[in-house]
Amino acid sequence: MVKNAAFIGLATGAYGFSFGAVSSASGLSLLQTMVLSGVMFTGASQFALVAVLGGGGAGVAAVATATVLGSRNAFYGLRLVDTLGLTLWRPVAAQLTIDESSAMAFAAPDRPTARRAFWATGVAVFVCWNAATIVGSLIHLIGNPSTLGLDEAAPGAFVALLLPQLRTRLSWVVAGVAGLAGLAAVPLVPAGVPVLCAAGVAAVAGWRARSAQTAELSS
Amino acid sequence: MWPAVIAGSISCYVLKLLGYSVPRRILDNARVKSVAALLPVALLAALALTQSLSTGQHLVVDPRMGGLVAAIACAARRAPFLVTVAAAVAVTAGLRALT
Repeated sequence: MVKNAAFIGLATGAYGFSFGAVSSASGLSLLQTMVLSGVMFTGASQFALVAVLGGGGAGVAAVATATVLGSRNAFYGLRLVDTLGLTLWRPVAAQLTIDESSAMAFAAPDRPTARRAFWATGVAVFVCWNAATIVGSLIHLIGNPSTLGLDEAAPGAFVALLLPQLRTRLSWVVAGVAGLAGLAAVPLVPAGVPVLCAAGVAAVAGWRARSAQTAELSS
Repeated sequence: MWPAVIAGSISCYVLKLLGYSVPRRILDNARVKSVAALLPVALLAALALTQSLSTGQHLVVDPRMGGLVAAIACAARRAPFLVTVAAAVAVTAGLRALT
């Protein structure tokens, strides 16, 4: 269990390293990057926030995109509340509620194992993620982010996060339509807002579908 | 950038805490779940495309598009996360050096 957690922690470290590099290439200071990894502590939202800010988007659009992407953590908490059975430690457990710790807890065969899996994975990822962020954010000292191609690191990360989620026909359709809607909105609205137009596509599709297909998607 | 960093950090933490705190029936709803499952897909697709193919309010095709294609090729072959990101970075830098 602890070995698995440590392995996942190290693997996410690689991801944290790229976040640090992208964040500093987007113009955030080392301290701002560290606050995001320590307090926001949810990868996709962190990447989205710095990408929107780095692309010249307004702070409000950056916060909105990060928040919408972070909403899935609320659904993890909903499923974890009975498993963990917490009172005093709830605020700490909430902070550690991310993709990796939740997935490990959901995969465990019984409640005690699920609890251990959640805490071990959550702590391992938190430590590795924050340490790797610091190392990554120092990479811009090597050279110009744009010459190094670092401006394409965040889209690369979005692709890596997206493709494993495309498991149903509906998810492919939503990704395609949302991507095109985002591009179409680029010349029409301020930077950062096109991505929120894409969120509207998901809201409409999800609200209308709620069929067996989406139940499968959310499981 | 500080206001966005702080506001975003707080709102993401509040969302995590909400899952443990709000009455179950609010989040345990087929429509809410279905929208929540599709939001990351839509946002990630739009983020990847707009970040690669636009500068400010202009659509542009430049070396970043090559990086995007490389990332898609790697992720489609289930390459590790860092390999996908590194491919996007390396191809973009390479094309930029050539042009």
